[in-house]
Amino acid sequence: MSDLFVQLAYLVSAVLLIVGMRFLGSPKTAPRGNWIAAAGMAVAVIATLLMRGVVSFGVILAGVVVGSTIGVVLATRIQMTAMPQMVALLNGFGGGASTLVATAELLKYARVGAPPTGVVPIAIVLGCLIGAVTFTGSIIAFAKLQELVSGSAVTYRGQQIVNGLLALVTIGLAVAVASDPLTLAPYWGLTALSLLLGVLLVIPIGGADMPVVISLLNSYSGLAACATGFVLGNGGLVISGSLVGASGIILTKVMCDAMNRSITNVLFGAFGAAAETSASGQGGEQRVAKGYTPEDAAVIFSNSRSCIIVPGYGMAVAQAQHAVRELENVLEEHGVDVRFAIHPVAGRMPGHMNVLLAEADVPYDRLVEMDEINSEFPETDVALVIGANDVVNPDARTEKGSPIYGMPILDVDRAHHVFVIKRSMNPGFAGVQNPLFFNDNTMMIFGDAKGVVLKLVEAVRQLD
Amino acid sequence: MLENPAAALTIFVLAIFVGFEVIAKVPPLLHTPLMSGSNAISGITIVGALLAAGAEDHTVSTWLGFVAIVFATINVVGGFLVTDRMLGMFKKKPGGRAGAKSGGA
Repeated sequence: MSDLFVQLAYLVSAVLLIVGMRFLGSPKTAPRGNWIAAAGMAVAVIATLLMRGVVSFGVILAGVVVGSTIGVVLATRIQMTAMPQMVALLNGFGGGASTLVATAELLKYARVGAPPTGVVPIAIVLGCLIGAVTFTGSIIAFAKLQELVSGSAVTYRGQQIVNGLLALVTIGLAVAVASDPLTLAPYWGLTALSLLLGVLLVIPIGGADMPVVISLLNSYSGLAACATGFVLGNGGLVISGSLVGASGIILTKVMCDAMNRSITNVLFGAFGAAAETSASGQGGEQRVAKGYTPEDAAVIFSNSRSCIIVPGYGMAVAQAQHAVRELENVLEEHGVDVRFAIHPVAGRMPGHMNVLLAEADVPYDRLVEMDEINSEFPETDVALVIGANDVVNPDARTEKGSPIYGMPILDVDRAHHVFVIKRSMNPGFAGVQNPLFFNDNTMMIFGDAKGVVLKLVEAVRQLD
Repeated sequence: MLENPAAALTIFVLAIFVGFEVIAKVPPLLHTPLMSGSNAISGITIVGALLAAGAEDHTVSTWLGFVAIVFATINVVGGFLVTDRMLGMFKKKPGGRAGAKSGGA
């Protein structure tokens, strides 16, 4: 097959991928967009198989069969609540593949004895480095989200210095490899250090900052693919890789803005750990939050006309989304207008809450973004907070000393009544107490989100 | 193919801009599927894996390429399938909402 034909096929592939991404912009066209992008990928794969240099089809077939089987099993078995770790894991595989390809290419040059020229050495270095950081970083993110290891920030004295030194040595090795690619020892050192760096960069980041980390790793996997494109001189790879890189950067920025923190603060601030110590220092305040039963709440709900439900990670942990949907139904049967307020960083990945509620058949026009719904809380009879904490903490508006000061929050405290379903009075991820819980118009309902919501459903039904 | 590094760099920079333009329009509602969908696209590195594994000579590179194919295929197949599963949930359920809307504020 001629080179020209293959090049044109890559162009078609890139166009399909871009159009597919464009279609992902609306719920109506998104499923089609996903398949258009998949078709674009298929075109690129078929074009590659038709290239002259590709002859060992047995190896390829074996790899594709094994990979597809694992991919299908993962994609069909995974629960929606586990989507963040699924994305992290898949992302890791993409990064790992890029490192392997960079290594395979370098070994080809080494075998022939002719060093790579032009941008290729730099691209090999970047493909290896970014791919390896993505690989181990994603695996750690996966392990944290899956709770195979502790989800909280792991910090130790001198951590920044260790990471900084390691980064410097890595850069040194990268320069060594790029200037003399055929000496392989520095390359193996680079690979090993990059893998280690991925681990060390993600362990100090706590659970609630995961939306940022996953977005960023997503961006990295795209950039790694891009570097592979430069290694192979393949424009199709460069285009697709940059698309993913761009999408990851945008989501990273959206997530950081939603927490009013800079990317450096998220990555190197070790937020959860640092804040916890300061919170325990100021723990002298002894105010008592009022605990209520679901039956008490049901009476107030039945006298309401409007309700805004604020879901958080607690809803995901308790798998409460179907119960919440049931509550929405029963409230609407009683003439209550129910909507959902979605904070951008609620959950463990961008859009996490939307997916869970969609799974429970909540129509997406009931899900309202923070900026749109915040002005409506003062006219709302009941705000119901389910397993969210820091994103509804009014201190973020007023307390200059608070670690979360300046973070955009959902103004639930301005609703006439606020119900908060929470397991206990333990502080949220930021480690700060939430004055919302002690407000006169706030009623706490303690317990597991799913159990409490089901009791609420029952209690509202009993009122008939 | 892309022997000229300047040409490759041009494509890279322009594609980043296209990416920003296309993706900035995706609403937060669809951020998770966007993420898993773009994640699947990053599996495009499978092209490199195919080239590494498909070369005639059976060497270390072939086997690295083989593992790379497995990894990239998991990424691609798993990514597109799971995105499709999620997007299937965002379909509007017709008729289910008629009563609810009338009570609206």
